[in-house]
Amino acid sequence: MDLSLNEVQLMLADSIEKFISNDYDFETRQKYSGSDLGYSVEVWQSFAELGWTAFPFSEDDGGFDGGPVDLMVVMERLGRGLIIEPYLANVVLAGGVLKRAANSSQKEQWLSPLISGELQATLAFVEPQARYDINNIATTAVRDGDSWRLNGSKGYVLNGANAGLVIVPARTSGEQRDTSGVTLFGVPCDTAGISVRDYETIDGQRAAEIDMKDVALPLDAVIGKVDAGFDALQSTVDDATFAVCAEAVGIMSVLTEKTIEYSKSRVQFGVPISSFQALQHRMVEMYTACEQSRSLLMWAAMTIADDGNDASKAVHSLKYQIGVAGKLVGEEAVQIHGGMGVTWELDVAHYFKRLTAIGLMFGNADWHLDRLSGSSD
Amino acid sequence: MNVTFTADELDFRSEVRNYFENEFPPDILAKQRQAIPLSREDMVRWHKHIYEKGWAAINWPEEYGGTGWSSAQKYLFADEQARASAPPFLPFGVSMVGPIIYTYGTEEQKQRFLPDILQFNTWWCQGYSEPGAGSDLASLKMRAELAGDHYVLNGTKTWTTLGQHADWIFCLVRTNTDVARRQEGISFVLVDMDQPGVTVKPIYLLDGEHEVNEVHFDNVEVPLENLVGEEGKGWTYGKVLLQHERTGIAGVADSKYKLSRLRALAEKSHDGSDALSSDRNFMRKIAAAEVELKALEYTELRTLASVTSGKAPGPESSILKIAGTELRQNIDSLYLEASGYYALPYVRDQYVEDFPDEKRVGPGAATDASLTYFNDRKVTIFGGSNEIQKNIIAKHVLGL
Repeated sequence: MDLSLNEVQLMLADSIEKFISNDYDFETRQKYSGSDLGYSVEVWQSFAELGWTAFPFSEDDGGFDGGPVDLMVVMERLGRGLIIEPYLANVVLAGGVLKRAANSSQKEQWLSPLISGELQATLAFVEPQARYDINNIATTAVRDGDSWRLNGSKGYVLNGANAGLVIVPARTSGEQRDTSGVTLFGVPCDTAGISVRDYETIDGQRAAEIDMKDVALPLDAVIGKVDAGFDALQSTVDDATFAVCAEAVGIMSVLTEKTIEYSKSRVQFGVPISSFQALQHRMVEMYTACEQSRSLLMWAAMTIADDGNDASKAVHSLKYQIGVAGKLVGEEAVQIHGGMGVTWELDVAHYFKRLTAIGLMFGNADWHLDRLSGSSD
Repeated sequence: MNVTFTADELDFRSEVRNYFENEFPPDILAKQRQAIPLSREDMVRWHKHIYEKGWAAINWPEEYGGTGWSSAQKYLFADEQARASAPPFLPFGVSMVGPIIYTYGTEEQKQRFLPDILQFNTWWCQGYSEPGAGSDLASLKMRAELAGDHYVLNGTKTWTTLGQHADWIFCLVRTNTDVARRQEGISFVLVDMDQPGVTVKPIYLLDGEHEVNEVHFDNVEVPLENLVGEEGKGWTYGKVLLQHERTGIAGVADSKYKLSRLRALAEKSHDGSDALSSDRNFMRKIAAAEVELKALEYTELRTLASVTSGKAPGPESSILKIAGTELRQNIDSLYLEASGYYALPYVRDQYVEDFPDEKRVGPGAATDASLTYFNDRKVTIFGGSNEIQKNIIAKHVLGL
C-alpha cells in the first residue's frame, strides 16, 4: 500500500495549480462562463497542448495511459479552480466511450481530434423520464437498409450545443430498462433531424436538450457492437461519477479554506467571528467532512485502479459521501459568510452552486445509498 | 383547548377563500404559479386591491385601519393566502415601520404616514444593516448630525430589499457617538429617498436576481419632524420591530402549501417516469417535514394567541425564526431532490410573461427549484441570523 502520488502525478498537479494561479482567477472564469460559447477556446487549446486532454488514453490512442489516480489529481484541481471548460463532457464522457468501444477508424475520426482539442464532443446519458437510471432508454434506433434511424429525446447533454459529436445510447432491442439491447451511436451534430435547445446551467456551465426525429445514420456510426453498448456506457458513467466527486473534494477544500479565512477577518461584536466557539465547531465539521471525503476518494481511486469487484461499490460509496458532505460544506460556507455568501459577486456562491449541481448529477446521495444497501430494484 | 374551528371562523374562511378565488387579480396569481417575478406595478396593484377589501393591515389596531381579527382569523387568512398562491404582503410598510409609527410616533406622524402605508401609496424599505454591522447591528456607524431644524445623514445601508422600488426608507442612525453603551445614541428616522445625496446601488444575489441594494447617504437632510420617538432610543424601537419581523418569518402557511404541492408532484409521473412516491426514502422525508411543520404551526399559534391577548411578541419569537427558516430550506432541498437533473437548467427567460410553455426546459416548475433553494439561503441569514436568534434565546429566554 502506498498513499502518495508519484512524481508524474505531482508534476501534473503542480502544472494545473500553476495554470490556475497564473491564468484563471475567478473574474476570468466568470468572463468565460458568460461568453457566447460558455468556455474559452484558447484555454481548451492550452489544456490540449499541456497534455491534460490526453492522459486518460492509452499510448496507442495518443495518450499517457493515465488511471483513476491521475484523473483524481486533475479533477480535484479543476474543482479548486472552478474551471468551466468542458473537461468532463469531452475527455471523461465522450472520450470514455470512444476509448472503450470505438474501432480504429472511429478513434482516428473522433478521438484524435478530441485529444488535440479540435473536436468538441459529449455523451447523452440522460433521458427526461429516466432520473438516474442510465439503462432506462426510450430513444430507439431502427435498422433501415443501409442506415439506422434514431428517434427520441436526451436531456441535460453537457456541452451539447458546442459539441461536433454527440454519442447517443439508443435502444435497438429489448424492453425500455434492459441493459442488453443498448447500442451506442456517434452522431455528428449537423445530422438532419436533430434539434438542440441550448441553455446555461445553474453552475455557469452549458447543456442542451436534444431531440432526434428520424435521424438517419450510416452503419459505421455504431460504436462497439449492436445491442452490446451498455457496459461501455456504465463504465464511462462510473468514471464520470468518480471524476465529479474528485472535483467536489477540490471545491470543498476551497470552501473550507475560504470560510476559515473569512471568519478570521470578519469582525462583529469587536472580535473576529472566528473566536465564537459555535462557529469554530461548525468549521471543524466542514473540515472533517472534507477530509473524510478525501480519504474515501483516495480509497475509491485505488480500488477502481485495482479493477477488482469493488469498483462499483467504491463509486456508490464515494458519491453518497460527496452528496452528504458537499451539502453540509456548501451550505455552511454560505451561512458563515453571511450576507456576502449569497452575493453573485463573491466566488463562494459559485463554488456552492457547482457543488450543488454535482450533488444532483449521476445519482444523489439516497440513490447511491440504495444501491449500497441492496434496497434498489 | 379545542382544535376545531367555530362556525363563525369557518364562515370567515369561506369569505377569504372566495376573495382569493374570485376577486383577487387573477393575472397576479397566474404569475405566482409560474414563478414569474412581479413588477413594481403588479405589487402596488395587488396591495391596493386588498386595501379596498379592508384587509391591508392584519395586525394593526382597528383605530388605525387594522382588521381587529382574532388569532384564529389571522391564521385562517394566512392559510388561504398561501393556498391560493397569492403573494405575501411586503412587510416593510405595514409590518415594520407602521407599528413603530403608531406605537412611538407623534399624532402628526401617524396622520401623515399611516394612511399611505395602508393604501400602499408609499413603498418603504429598511435601513438597518451596514457593511460593517450585520449580526452586530449595534455597531452601526451611519451618522445623523444635528444642524438646526434638521439632521445631516452620512453613511451606507446595505441588504436593502427592493430598495430600488422604494420611496421612503426607515433608518437606524447614530445621533450621538459619545455614549457608554453602543446601543445608546441610536435614533430611528424616516427618510424620503427622492432627494439629493441618496444613491441606490444594486447587489445581485447568487441566483442572478436584483433583489437587494446598497443605499448611500451623502449629506442627506432629514427634518427633525421625521425622528420617531425620542432621540437616542432607536435601538429599543428597532428591537421591537425585529420581533414583529420574526413572527412573520416562520412562513407556516407558505411551507404547508409548498409541502402539499410537493406531495402532489411526487405522485405524478412525468414523461413516463416512475412517480417519486414509489421512493420510500423520499416520502419519509416529506412526512418528517410535515411533522416539523405541525409543531411549528402550533408554536406560531401560541405566539399569535399571546400577541392577541395584548403582549408584544417576546424573545420566544426567535424560535419561530429558527424553526421556520430551517423548515423552509429543508423543503427547498426536497424540491431540488425531486427535480433531479431538471433542477440544473438555468433558463432565466422562462420566468417572464408569455414564455411559450413548449419551450420550457424540464417538467412543470421543476427548473425553479434550484433558484429557490439558492435564494432561500438568505432566510437563515437575514432578520438577525439564526446564530443570533440562538444567542437571544440563550440569553433572554434561558437566562444563560
